[in-house]
Amino acid sequence: MSQQYYEPKDLQDFPNITEYAPEPGKKFFEYYAQATQAGLLTEREKALIALAVATVRHCPYCIDAYTNKCLSLGVSSDEMMEAVHVGAAMTAGDVLAHATQVRKIIKKKEM
Amino acid sequence: MDAAQQRRHLSQIPGGQSFEQKLQRPLLAEDIQILQLNVGKACNLACKHCHVSAGPGRSEQMGREVFVTCLKILRRHAIGTIDVTGGAPEMNPHLPWFIAEAAKLKRRLMVRSNLAILHEEAFRHFIDLYADHQVEIITSLPHYHAQQTDRQRGSGVFAKVIDMMRVLNAKGYGRPGSNLLLHLVFNPVGAYLPGPQAALAHEYQQRLSQEHGVVFNQLFCLTNFPVGRYLEYLIRTENYEEYMSTLMAAFNWTAVQGVMCRTLLSVGWDGKLYDCDFNQMLELPVDHGAPSHIDIFEFDQLKSRQIVVANHCYACTAGAGSSCQGAIE
Repeated sequence: MSQQYYEPKDLQDFPNITEYAPEPGKKFFEYYAQATQAGLLTEREKALIALAVATVRHCPYCIDAYTNKCLSLGVSSDEMMEAVHVGAAMTAGDVLAHATQVRKIIKKKEM
Repeated sequence: MDAAQQRRHLSQIPGGQSFEQKLQRPLLAEDIQILQLNVGKACNLACKHCHVSAGPGRSEQMGREVFVTCLKILRRHAIGTIDVTGGAPEMNPHLPWFIAEAAKLKRRLMVRSNLAILHEEAFRHFIDLYADHQVEIITSLPHYHAQQTDRQRGSGVFAKVIDMMRVLNAKGYGRPGSNLLLHLVFNPVGAYLPGPQAALAHEYQQRLSQEHGVVFNQLFCLTNFPVGRYLEYLIRTENYEEYMSTLMAAFNWTAVQGVMCRTLLSVGWDGKLYDCDFNQMLELPVDHGAPSHIDIFEFDQLKSRQIVVANHCYACTAGAGSSCQGAIE
């Protein structure tokens, strides 16, 4: 057993998840490929969205994969950082928007 | 690192199979459609990714007798493309004469120029020479932003290339409907693979036309080869193992069928023959019984020769594949 839960080489095993219960795995990869390929949005725009999601979700595999993909697509460091800030702002906004729930309860309960 | 040290280092790859084992059978040439001449290693630039390790300090130059032999071979055989590379080819004093002679053969004639050199007074005459002989120009522009390009090619190079593209565009180069072709080459500014050619071409066209008012014909995406200065960079930054693993994991059988060495023959400055420019820099000449010098050129033997492969070949077969003219698929 490896000494680390997360190792870069683990990502190479990702396509092999279809070894067990193959059907849903295959369907996932088909869906993943279609969702991330160029459509109305360009591959570049989708890679930046994926990078923001990867950081928000704290996924080291996805951060590795999509930072490399953005570099491959010529995305600059400033552009990537702007995408990460969108993720960070959305996360902060998500937290702060829940303050409305807090406020609602406060307003109801306080005399 | 000299060629022997590079070959030794490349024999060490992280796990997995060597390229030769991966193929399982010999890789054979199927024709000679391109004669690529590396006319010298001298260059006005010293780019960080250069597999030739070219620069102002290099003195190797193709002599006139090798050019003459190449012309004789080209006259005798229907080789469709003449591909001139370097170093900076313009620094070879025989190039103007060779261009004029080669143009008479009415083949596809291309020069890989860094364009920055055409800024220098002593080399400006090449602008008219190329246009007059309808030479196809291929130039490296690793990014559409100055910062990234200059990081790889040297300070101020981006501005010089853009400026020279304007001059060439004014001559008709890169313009729709013109027979003067100007292609750009994208190669990653770091230890990663190039993205899809079509997506990058779209981005380059938009940015360069909107931000700098310049146009070009095609964008070729090239994978950086773990050879020369780029190999030294990978080792120095501890990226070698991961880069090789990435190349190996991205191995693509379809790309194997289209690799350039199957239809290209590379001539070194001293007349030695190689399967490609990368083998040339690793000093891996044509082998397996085929003639390995231009003086003993035999078309029939060379067109079906067994190609010399090693682990750097994984760069040609990764993802969409990479060749001297961009992605393979």
